[in-house]
Amino acid sequence: MTAKIAYEDVEVGTELPSASFPVDRAALVRYAGASGDFNPIHWSERIAKQVGLDDVIAHGMFTMAEAIRVVTDWTGDPGAVVEYGVRFTNPVVVPDDDKGTAVEVAAKVAAKLDDEARTVRVDLTATSGGRKVLGMARAVVRLA
Amino acid sequence: MALDQSFVGRSYPPTRPYEVGREKIREFAAAIGDGNPAYTDTDAARALGHPDVIAPPTFVFTVTFSAAGEVVADPELGLDYERVVHGDQKFAYSRPVRAGDRLTVTSTIESIKSLAGNDVLDVRGEVHDEHGEHVVTANTKLVARAPEEA
Repeated sequence: MTAKIAYEDVEVGTELPSASFPVDRAALVRYAGASGDFNPIHWSERIAKQVGLDDVIAHGMFTMAEAIRVVTDWTGDPGAVVEYGVRFTNPVVVPDDDKGTAVEVAAKVAAKLDDEARTVRVDLTATSGGRKVLGMARAVVRLA
Repeated sequence: MALDQSFVGRSYPPTRPYEVGREKIREFAAAIGDGNPAYTDTDAARALGHPDVIAPPTFVFTVTFSAAGEVVADPELGLDYERVVHGDQKFAYSRPVRAGDRLTVTSTIESIKSLAGNDVLDVRGEVHDEHGEHVVTANTKLVARAPEEA
């Protein structure tokens, strides 16, 4: 594993470059196929509304996959991620238009865990339409 | 109705091996829009110290979830599948999943709770490779929402 960020170069509070990840209906269809999760609430407005949702929502795992990109883009090596966990707090509602929506992700170093293993804890925030969509989103990352 | 607490600690037999294909990794990386070359370019992955292309961190959920699905669908447990939503997800990696891995998942029910009429189920999936080495542990919290009052 060779992360391009050195443990010595970060401190508690260091911000990772934030990012905005677009998501439209086509992205959800593609993710359904790639992941094998064909739950119709991710592609059928009719069924989403039947179960009490406002509209089609993104797969929670799609949002989780997008959020960690802020970390893997930062380290360069996705293998540097040692632990990653989230809570799904609010759904990402995806309208059926040309624009879709976006997941906004910010992250910062919350703790330096182990000087020898060179691991840090990164806390992430993810919002969509101004609402927090992930809670307790944390990763443990091994730096160079 | 509250779920039977005696299911806590129950383990399900290891799944049939899932062979991780490089084109499947490519498809998954494309689906999340992630162009990191470690997912598609063997040389780039090797330059990072990996023996072959690796999968994005959340890829393994596609494998563990179908294993957890067997738990969810266990008729003896009696979870109301139609009402199940994903509460939390956590991964702890020994190493990244990579092309060529043959992964098996052993699922265990970690806990069963009833919160405000909702059934909350924690399932741990231990993922091992064909050599029996640990690759990743996936912890999945599933919430079966209470039925609305009639």
